[in-house]
Amino acid sequence: MAEDVLEAERSTAALRGLRAAASDWAQDKQAFAVPWGKAMMWIFLLSDTFVFTCFLTSYMNVRISTTETWPNASEVFALTVGGTHVPLLLIAIMTMILITSSGTMAMAVNYGYRRDRKRTAALMFATAAFGLSFVGMQAFEWTKLIVEEGVRPWGNPMGAAQFGSSFFMITGFHGLHVSAGVIYLTVVALRVLRGFYDRKGTYETVEIAGLYWHFVDLVWVFIFALFYLW
Amino acid sequence: MDQAVNHGQVEEHHAQGQLHPIRIYLCIWALLFVFSAFSYMVDYFQLQGALRWTLIILFMFLKATFIVAIFMHVAWERLALKLAILTPPLALLVLIGLMAIEGDYTFLTRLTAFVAGEGG
Repeated sequence: MAEDVLEAERSTAALRGLRAAASDWAQDKQAFAVPWGKAMMWIFLLSDTFVFTCFLTSYMNVRISTTETWPNASEVFALTVGGTHVPLLLIAIMTMILITSSGTMAMAVNYGYRRDRKRTAALMFATAAFGLSFVGMQAFEWTKLIVEEGVRPWGNPMGAAQFGSSFFMITGFHGLHVSAGVIYLTVVALRVLRGFYDRKGTYETVEIAGLYWHFVDLVWVFIFALFYLW
Repeated sequence: MDQAVNHGQVEEHHAQGQLHPIRIYLCIWALLFVFSAFSYMVDYFQLQGALRWTLIILFMFLKATFIVAIFMHVAWERLALKLAILTPPLALLVLIGLMAIEGDYTFLTRLTAFVAGEGG
């Protein structure tokens, strides 16, 4: 009996959510109850989702269709530290760094809404620094791959030629996003420090920059799983 | 004028709606670390076959869900925005499915063509 009541309550709650969504979209005014900049950032990220999915899908397609063996990423990206052979070491460190930077960014957004100017700026600078170290490691990885392993976009000694073009295209485009993010975060953090958003009366810009940064981390989750681990 | 007032209210309401305790972010951060470590372990211990890609996909989706829901605050957004963000990427599933079929077809065509070519 009590379960029936609970069930009914749950279904009316779901219905109320749908009614609210329909009413939000049907009214002749602002449909999304967020600042316009945030709605626009979401639309940009949506389009970026399509771009990265196209890259990853083309990678899937060439990897399925090649008759040559695909180079073993676990071996290609292995590092030798102090005589021991550790697979994917650099990639694991890069993954942890990007996750950490996402954590500091999330906290920066939170302190922004608490109007804690100094902590917000400090956490954003930390995020940008983590991002910069990520790009640095990527540069190291690319150099090692090009100089030592002889990987080129049109071929490599380990197997299928499509490995190189997929790798440079996907990680290159992601690295470009990280680099742009570092600049973006630094600019916003400097404004935070100068009290620009206190005068403006809202810290929403910090949250919008945060959305972009988390998206970069999100894309890396998929690249890590599908390119490096698969 | 009316619109300006409305916009101000939206912002104020918005800022209050996103004030979550810092602890949440630290927990999610730790969770993401653990999931990443697990997916790295999959490679480190060289798990292969169905077990390997099931685990990789599982950890990938768990991480993606936590980043989008908590770090990007989607869990606390209104349904109107959630639908606008989350439904369009479903179209990509069609692309992925079609390209997988296409890839298999190309692979088979190459196999038959190359083998026939070498035989002749």
